[in-house]
Amino acid sequence: MRTTGERTTRTAMNATPDPEAPVDAAFLRRWLESATAAVEREAPRLTELDSPIGDADHGTNMRRGFLAARTAVEQEPPPTPGGVLVLIGRTLISTVGGASGPLYGTLLRRAGKELGEEQAVSAARLRDALRAGVDGVATLGGAVPGDKTMLDALLPAVDALTGALDAGGGAADALAAAAAAADEGAAATVPMRARKGRASYLGERSIGHQDPGATSSALLVTALADTARGDG
Amino acid sequence: MSAPLVGVVLVSHSAEVARAVADLAAGLTGGGGDVPVAPAGGGPDGGLGTSSDLIAAAARSVDRGAGVAVLADLGSAVLTVKALLADDELPSGAKLVDAPFLEGAVAAVVTASTGADLDAVAAAAADAYTYRKA
Repeated sequence: MRTTGERTTRTAMNATPDPEAPVDAAFLRRWLESATAAVEREAPRLTELDSPIGDADHGTNMRRGFLAARTAVEQEPPPTPGGVLVLIGRTLISTVGGASGPLYGTLLRRAGKELGEEQAVSAARLRDALRAGVDGVATLGGAVPGDKTMLDALLPAVDALTGALDAGGGAADALAAAAAAADEGAAATVPMRARKGRASYLGERSIGHQDPGATSSALLVTALADTARGDG
Repeated sequence: MSAPLVGVVLVSHSAEVARAVADLAAGLTGGGGDVPVAPAGGGPDGGLGTSSDLIAAAARSVDRGAGVAVLADLGSAVLTVKALLADDELPSGAKLVDAPFLEGAVAAVVTASTGADLDAVAAAAADAYTYRKA
């Protein structure tokens, strides 16, 4: 492992990563930058979506969590993509303060552990790791598709990613497909009735509002697609 | 020297609620006030929410080696405890107890004060779901 520092430096300076294994620590640091920017930009909207059916703190919580995660990763950049995801996940759990903290924290930590100690992985390995992370979210929160939660954006995103990669698509195109599916999934939560979280107490009155968690999930997947396309 | 008592952690979205329920449960236990009880209320910014750091610190502070019963109020409080347990970030004997928050806290602290083990404390707290009021 003595070469880790040197390899990390080279990877970080390398603008054209290995096409077979495009996901390295630098890629996920760029994703974190892009995701944090998106969360900052959209925080007012996330809180607004959380006002009629939640406790009006989703934007504030996500903003606090991602800013803390960015700081943590900047201060001590992990050398592996798995390490970056685990650190972001741990930071979100300890700083978000709402249910999205343990949920996104579990997603990223589980995904990071799936990636292990590898220096760079393929899009297919990232897909498998994200699938494991999303499974972890489902187990932790106990939600199923249609419950008007972040799973309604995350599951279609992972399915679309799988479909695009299986069809022979490249990483950037496959992640773009995942982002489109996450957006559609988030929009599809509008007519759903919430069955999890505070919104579930509202019963029928939760119908007609887009779920804030599904919306932030779509933002995070879109940031992944932007990063892969190179304009994250 | 008597055997160590089970500790109790009370996780609420509100610092005031966690503190008040801890005081109530300890107060109703009367002479059994030796039970280590710690509130973990409010979010990372001090407002309403859940702080994993407060939960972990509270669990460590009441861990006497006999286990720690963790009760949580809602949503993110429950999920955060589960996430911490999944990653072994709470003392090894810590357990999330499925119980109503206030009634379960009283039952847990009273039962712990008798020297009961963690399973008995958890069972007493869970049993509080069956107390009908009307």
